[in-house]
Amino acid sequence: MGESETTGAAVADAAAIEVRGLRKSFGELEVLRGIDVTVRRGEVVCVIGPSGSGKSTLLRCVNLLEEPTSGTVRVAGTEVTDPEVDIDRVRRRIGMVFQSFNLFPHLTALGNLTIAQRRVLGRGRAEAEEVARHNLRRVGLTDKESGYPAQLSGGQQQRVAIARALSMGPELMLFDEPTSALDPELVGDVLAVMRGLADEGMTMLVVTHEMSFAREVADRVVFMDDGLIVEEGPPEQVVGAPRQARTRAFLSRVLDPAAAGGPESGTARPEPPAEPPGRAPEEVRKRPLR
Amino acid sequence: MSRRNRTRAIRTAQYGMLLAVVLALALAADWGELRRAFFDVEVAKKQFPDVVTTALVNTVIYTVLGFAFGLVLGLLLALMRLSQVPPYRWLAVAYIEFFRGVPALLVFIALGFGVPLAFQVSINQYVTVMLALGLVGAAYMAETIRAGIQAVPRGQTEAARSLGMSPLWAMVSIVIPQAFRIVLPPLANELILLTKDSSLVYLLGLSMDQYELAKFGRDALNQHRSLTPILIAGLFYLAITLPLGHLVRRLEARTAKAR
Repeated sequence: MGESETTGAAVADAAAIEVRGLRKSFGELEVLRGIDVTVRRGEVVCVIGPSGSGKSTLLRCVNLLEEPTSGTVRVAGTEVTDPEVDIDRVRRRIGMVFQSFNLFPHLTALGNLTIAQRRVLGRGRAEAEEVARHNLRRVGLTDKESGYPAQLSGGQQQRVAIARALSMGPELMLFDEPTSALDPELVGDVLAVMRGLADEGMTMLVVTHEMSFAREVADRVVFMDDGLIVEEGPPEQVVGAPRQARTRAFLSRVLDPAAAGGPESGTARPEPPAEPPGRAPEEVRKRPLR
Repeated sequence: MSRRNRTRAIRTAQYGMLLAVVLALALAADWGELRRAFFDVEVAKKQFPDVVTTALVNTVIYTVLGFAFGLVLGLLLALMRLSQVPPYRWLAVAYIEFFRGVPALLVFIALGFGVPLAFQVSINQYVTVMLALGLVGAAYMAETIRAGIQAVPRGQTEAARSLGMSPLWAMVSIVIPQAFRIVLPPLANELILLTKDSSLVYLLGLSMDQYELAKFGRDALNQHRSLTPILIAGLFYLAITLPLGHLVRRLEARTAKAR
């Protein structure tokens, strides 16, 4: 992503995402109750938490798919919550990957990757297709460019969706439970692609239930519950040795559903090889791709 | 009576009833009169080639013109119906309710006589036909297209918007193409209805070379004192609508598979 390096130079000091005092209500229901979170450039932050905790809403507030009730969101120095800001311009710089893929079913994989490049960035057909093919190669789907979404497996569809976002040359990527709609055997391919992006230095904010991904790839993990951030820190702390009781209870449910509810389930978590504490995230990332 | 025997008895009774009705009608009808009225070969021969070169061609032209205009207006109305601006919604609803609730016959008369009166101009006959059929068809198509647009999942717009597309681009290049796929079968149905409604354009006052199938058939009926032209016109309507009906079923099967 050479181009993002150059455009990013001007705002090198600015955080990629800066959320301050974010609140969001749907009618009577307050889903986000004051969120502060910062994602630095090149950082991978995973957001975990029970369903209904507001994780997805937080993510969707970052590119203004949901309008915050109050608070500010800054993306690469631009305040997206400012009514004067042209949100379409900001969104070009933010790649978004959805749980349900949301590929355009009436277009081929290549068409899915080129349409916004051509309509939004004004690229010509040849250039757009070149970028698209490059990104299909990145996600390992070179041979699927003329396939329609309905002809692809869920995992392939999600990888096309990632390639579609990448084709816009985003400075950061938002992932909204990207593997939750996939059959278990297809999850690995998508995670491998995301891991590759992280290795390339992409700034990523990932809402996920994949604890092993969070533990191995994230620089920082944010645990949310009931519209608030309960705990935040390096994965070996938040996932490996959570301080908060609510975090422990959640992790025990997720990691060992059979033992859920047991009084000591929070501590007696089965031990999938935890990262040695203090190990730098960069080292973690050197693991070979799955 | 055993179950099998009872089933057999009921089946026999059903066939027997059908046969009795058909036989009764066939015996009661005066076949000679029917043949003279509907199957007069001499009269039939006289209808060709005009029934094809004028009447059939005009029916197709009127229908296509009306459908094309109605489709454009219907899409516009559908978008107005979904607009954030209340007056657009009100206008669209008022239009749809009015033209759906008033017989097409009245619309045609109002248009045929009202417009020349109002503007003191004589418009090209084909334009009048296009307006008349399109105005009526648009009311139905607007509701169909609106339902189609609303049937496109919200995630499609969200995906388009998060790629930086404006609301207009998202609608034009992502939502509308998918909406039309969804509503192709009902739209094809609307085309069949319009084909038949095109028989009402005689109300606008047509010259001989503008006759479509129904008017042509009625004219020939008066001229030859024979119902044969009506039968011929009917057959030509079927020649248009049956393939369309087949198309509808094929489209339905295809969309069912793609979803």
